Amino acid sequence: MKIMFIAFFAIAVIAVGANLILKQAGFSSKNSTSGAAVRLDN
Amino acid sequence: MLRAMIALILTLSFLSTANAQGGDTPDRSATGGAQTLGDIMTRQRGEDVDNSFRSGATGDASRAAVISNQLGTLGGNSDPELWRALRFGSADITASNTGPAATVLIQDGGMGWLKFREGPLTTYGGALLMGVIALLAAFFMYRGRIKIDGEKTGRKITRFKAIERFGHWLLSGSFILLGLTGLISLFGRKFLIPTFGHEAFSFLAVGSKWVHNNVSWAFMVALVMIFVMWVAENIPHRTDINWLRKGGGIFSKGHPPAKKFNAGQKIIFWSVIVLGVSISVSGLSLLFPFEINMFAATFAKINATGIGDLLGFGELREALAPHEEMQYAQLWHAVVSFVLMAIILAHIYIGTLGMEGAYDAMGSGDVEEQWAREHHSLWVEEVLGETTNVSEPLKAPAVKAAKAPVTKTAKGTSAKAAKAPVAKTAKGTSAKAAKAPATKTAKSTSAKAAKAPVAKTVKATAAKPKKAPPKK
Repeated sequence: MKIMFIAFFAIAVIAVGANLILKQAGFSSKNSTSGAAVRLDN
Repeated sequence: MLRAMIALILTLSFLSTANAQGGDTPDRSATGGAQTLGDIMTRQRGEDVDNSFRSGATGDASRAAVISNQLGTLGGNSDPELWRALRFGSADITASNTGPAATVLIQDGGMGWLKFREGPLTTYGGALLMGVIALLAAFFMYRGRIKIDGEKTGRKITRFKAIERFGHWLLSGSFILLGLTGLISLFGRKFLIPTFGHEAFSFLAVGSKWVHNNVSWAFMVALVMIFVMWVAENIPHRTDINWLRKGGGIFSKGHPPAKKFNAGQKIIFWSVIVLGVSISVSGLSLLFPFEINMFAATFAKINATGIGDLLGFGELREALAPHEEMQYAQLWHAVVSFVLMAIILAHIYIGTLGMEGAYDAMGSGDVEEQWAREHHSLWVEEVLGETTNVSEPLKAPAVKAAKAPVTKTAKGTSAKAAKAPVAKTAKGTSAKAAKAPATKTAKSTSAKAAKAPVAKTVKATAAKPKKAPPKK
């Protein structure tokens, strides 16, 4: 059972990590589909 | 008379041919080349209408009227011509956003996708899952829980190492999350909004999307892990034919011999790998929209084989709008996921409720020896055979098996068991085992095993009860 919970915890870590990495790398929809004339987060 | 009949038949056949040809190219002179009532009726009957007479009628800039003329402000085109250019994707569009889809303002292929998604996909997909659940419930009522037939030994054999169980739970945990959030995304509008309202569903939908997009990476990592760890043991073997012929012993008495993975488990494994990879690739295509386009290229390859003509559905479209690539990817992703979910429901059933002792394999990693002998007799032979064939101390799997009796035997039979932890007859007669440590049932032991110095090694390991695996 311990291994099962470790794996579930790993799922959460991978998910949060993937989200952070992809955002940092500019893969979010708003970054990847907006042109230079678009102001984001304003 | 005969000549007259032949002439009549030939005349009629020519007339029918002429009519058929006339049907292919309708006369649109009454509408000045625009679509006719006949075109509209044909479309409403669900039949295809060749749209080339419209898709090409998008105006001619070289014949543009001067600015002072009635159509001058439109660059020589009429409004309908501009709309047709937008509709058929030939208009010159400038957009502030980027990407292949930015300049596609009207994508009428989307209607087909929406209809399929809200119709057959939800209907048959939902029916498949409910049907499998109903079948499993019926099977449980008919067959009940598959029990361990023989007497339990109290000894354990390590079936899966910690890293294997980690990979399994990483895959299964992520798959369940992905399945649930995928179902919320697909069925939410139809079933959850009427029940919980828009606000609550909005929160749920945003959360589901986040979970679905990001947990997918754990699924893909786990898929690679289990492939690497288990592929060698899931290669088909001749014993699988016998196992399948006997239906795995589910409907009959007795257990067909099987190695570490029986044929049923191999089917699950390859289903997970093949369908899981397919889901992952289509999922990646959806995660990075318009970056990974697979369907136009696939359709071109299918057309090249001529399968379409052979099966009667003709040529597949090889030029797809960017959105259509995504729509096909979404439908494929969902259809394959439904199939895998149905298979996994059966897997979850047999691994938990359906079979006594099966869950331990992934729970603690150690299974009851009798369970292993019944369901994976050849694997037990391999595991114990390895240990009994060598004079060196027992290797990992059998060490636990040897250690187990000391702690696992509940009613003080540890001493007895310790004398012959590896040896075992079909009915668990420890007395006999004690006298003949290495003797085993005819099916599960080799002559070599009987001669091997098992008892000596076993005693050595059995003398360390503190290191035995934890009790269930």
